[in-house]
Amino acid sequence: MSTTTVKPQKPWVASPKDRVESVLVFIVAIAISAVTVAVTPMKGKLAYVALFFISYLVLDYFFNRIKRGKAAGIDSVFRAIVGMAIAIAITPIVSILAAVWQRGHKGLHLSLFTTDMHSAAPSDPIINGGLLHAIIGTGLLVAFALVISVPLGILTALYLTEIRGRFTRPIKFLVQAMSGIPSIVAGLFILAAIVYPFTKAYNGIVGSLALSILMIPTVARTSEEVLRLIPSELREAGVALGGTQWRTVAMVVVPAARSGLVTAMILGIARIAGETAPILLLTGGGDSVNTNMFHGSMGSLPFYIFSGLTTGTDESITRAWAGILVLLVFVIVLFVLARFLGNRKVGK
Amino acid sequence: MADDINNPDSGNTGKKNEEDMSTSSLAAVAAGRQSHAPATQALGVGLEARGVHAWFGDKHVLNNISLDFWPGTVTALIGPSGCGKSTFIRTLNRMHEFIPTAALAGEVLLNGEDVYAAGVDVTKIRLKVGMVFQKPNPFPSMTIAENVLAGLKLAQLKVENKDDLLEECLERAGLWKEVKDRLGTYGGSLSGGQQQRLCIARSLAVRPQVLLMDEPCSALDPGSTLKIEETIQHLSSSVTVIIVTHNMQQAARVSDYTAFFLSDGGPGEMVEVGPTSEIFSRPKDKRTENYVTGRFG
Repeated sequence: MSTTTVKPQKPWVASPKDRVESVLVFIVAIAISAVTVAVTPMKGKLAYVALFFISYLVLDYFFNRIKRGKAAGIDSVFRAIVGMAIAIAITPIVSILAAVWQRGHKGLHLSLFTTDMHSAAPSDPIINGGLLHAIIGTGLLVAFALVISVPLGILTALYLTEIRGRFTRPIKFLVQAMSGIPSIVAGLFILAAIVYPFTKAYNGIVGSLALSILMIPTVARTSEEVLRLIPSELREAGVALGGTQWRTVAMVVVPAARSGLVTAMILGIARIAGETAPILLLTGGGDSVNTNMFHGSMGSLPFYIFSGLTTGTDESITRAWAGILVLLVFVIVLFVLARFLGNRKVGK
Repeated sequence: MADDINNPDSGNTGKKNEEDMSTSSLAAVAAGRQSHAPATQALGVGLEARGVHAWFGDKHVLNNISLDFWPGTVTALIGPSGCGKSTFIRTLNRMHEFIPTAALAGEVLLNGEDVYAAGVDVTKIRLKVGMVFQKPNPFPSMTIAENVLAGLKLAQLKVENKDDLLEECLERAGLWKEVKDRLGTYGGSLSGGQQQRLCIARSLAVRPQVLLMDEPCSALDPGSTLKIEETIQHLSSSVTVIIVTHNMQQAARVSDYTAFFLSDGGPGEMVEVGPTSEIFSRPKDKRTENYVTGRFG
């Protein structure tokens, strides 16, 4: 047995000395921006950030240029610009999340999920009432929209990827155009096409129909992308084994794309869960639980938030922020789930 | 793929390796093989191509190929890349029409009947003429056992004893010993060579009369290639095998007949066909001789 032990090393990783130097450059840049803000007329947070970025860019460039040459200097400029762009892009998202948490968490309590608002006035203490009716309403609206949109969306995607008939191009174009429809237009369409001529009243199902118009393009486009990733060798293998096209699609292509199709579904739900305009137009609101999709107005999270904010008492505004927090968490959970399912290896 | 570096069978490197290979040594390999070629053959039995032409859009890719495949034999199709070998075998089980711009002329007779005749059920043709593809393509959503039996479900066939069929097909494909303890795991967990044998087993499960193999070893390492070749030897007693290969040693090792395809820039044509030992020892056409001795291509 050999007694020599070789320690695994990573010679390509920055040494502690390198790291200290990079941090020093960073600190010097902060110091320069602080001094500039103090001695020049440029003031405010924005000036501070902008000056820091410029001084860091220049310092880092010269530091790297002196140390490792011109190419490394330019490399460091690009790295700094990319890092700054990411920081700018992430800032609004993080600040939205922070604002929602800051204002919403005060309205959180356990009975929020077990009671509705029918016996609570807008100015009642937060502990009274809850958003059970809104959660149930949003759940039902989304579920019905899901039942309508997922089959239509996936079948559309199958037409585009498997049948590839004469109408592939126009349908693809229409699906892309549809995904840009403003939600208020979808709501007005259902209002004009169904509510005015026929039902003439608020109810849940017409809201779900409008949400479906918004959801179908998302499901169809995502499913199409997923189905395109399935290698054509699998389709050929299925057909070469004596399967008809329909059986090959049903038994080979769709199962191979299963996790991607689930992702398409979840992205579709996330697209519509927070839609407000069509719900305001078609489903209305309400303070008590209504589980009948075909009769009466129905509460929902977006409506709850809308009415809470417009009522204007301190309590109702806090309730609305709690509603926003619940809705946001719901959507984030869906996206995380979509990522998780999408990243799983096909067939595992 | 890292395997390709050492792979004597992948199109380009394969031919380079052959360059120092003289005609006589390939002929010796071919002659050393026990041939199943029958002396005489009743017409109208087996698979026959009659004046097959093929097009992709306006491009004429295959010109007037007539070729018979005797039952119980292995026929190798050799020739440089782009000469239409793969296109030709795809016309035999009607996979050619899978490509939207494809067109065709001529007849392909299976047991005396044209597979392109009006009213022929294309799925029945593909059941009788199975296919193994260049890249192993087991169904990712199915286990090993489900993969082997997938054809039964796809074609809605009834079988008395699925377990027996499963074992028989895996045995014939030379895979049974390696996978019998993990039939429930996914096909994707096997090595490339095992996956390809799984695909062969899958093709055998619907009991084809003819098996088309489109460069079945080009993505495999030499060890797996050897196993597939052994499998082909075993199969040839019960199934007509047609194999496209870039590896001339492989053609010499496994086939009874060899057909040489060539394209001079225009549509691919069949230059010569004959018993494998003759193609490699006394080719009638100068171009065949140049190709099998590695002087071009």
